[in-house]
Amino acid sequence: MDNITSIAIFYVLAAVILVSAVLVVTLKNLVHCVLWLAVTFIAVAGVYMMLGADFLAMVQILVYAGAVCIMIVFAIMLTRRSDISMSNLFNAQFRVAGLVALATTALCAFMALRTAWKVSAVPVPPDTVGAIAELMLTKYVIPFEVAAILLLVALIGAIVIAKEVEAND
Amino acid sequence: MISFPELGIGLTHFIVLSSILFGIGLFGVLAKRNAVMVLVCIELMLNAVNINLVAFSKFVTPLAFIGQIWAVFVITVAAAEVGVGLAIIIAIYRNRLSIELDDFDWLKW
Repeated sequence: MDNITSIAIFYVLAAVILVSAVLVVTLKNLVHCVLWLAVTFIAVAGVYMMLGADFLAMVQILVYAGAVCIMIVFAIMLTRRSDISMSNLFNAQFRVAGLVALATTALCAFMALRTAWKVSAVPVPPDTVGAIAELMLTKYVIPFEVAAILLLVALIGAIVIAKEVEAND
Repeated sequence: MISFPELGIGLTHFIVLSSILFGIGLFGVLAKRNAVMVLVCIELMLNAVNINLVAFSKFVTPLAFIGQIWAVFVITVAAAEVGVGLAIIIAIYRNRLSIELDDFDWLKW
């Protein structure tokens, strides 16, 4: 029963992720694309839950489904020019792009199916937040601080770049 | 948490899922005209990578948490990238009144 449940949950989540991702790429209205993008992000958070990464699932919903989607909608509204229902079109090279994407996917999936992974039988500990917090502040403290500086620099850089430029006269 | 007996969902399922999602994102990056849409598709690709990392963290090194910590850093960098990328797009829009990538051709001669 447990087995069947986990298989069903996986395939439902995978179907939601893939269908909404395809809609993100193919829909013509940019705002609808961002709505489906939020659906994709929430389904990915479900996959993280399945994999025992509950902290990452929460971060995924907060950062991606919350902040990133809102920011993208803001950018769309600030840069809107013409008809929004035709705002998301393909360019001239979409056939080549499809071939490249298909080849990459096929190669990755083929290699994943062929490789004999050394799967560990140990289950993930239930307390992931405590373990991640301890590793972040001991073993990975320098990458942690570098990430903090990166966020600060990106914040300042975004403000400077997007600031209104005064006219030279 | 859900358990995975022998015949259930394994590591390969998650890697195949993430490679298909990566392929969809790659197609979008290469085939879209709108600069905002290219950023969105890069987010899709980064999500595929994160699924991969978390799956490896669960199935290969469940006690080390390397994959999960790496995924946290990927999310951080993705958030920074979206912020700076959208700021650049807004700045270009102010100069060119367009966010079509075909119009961004200052560096061509």
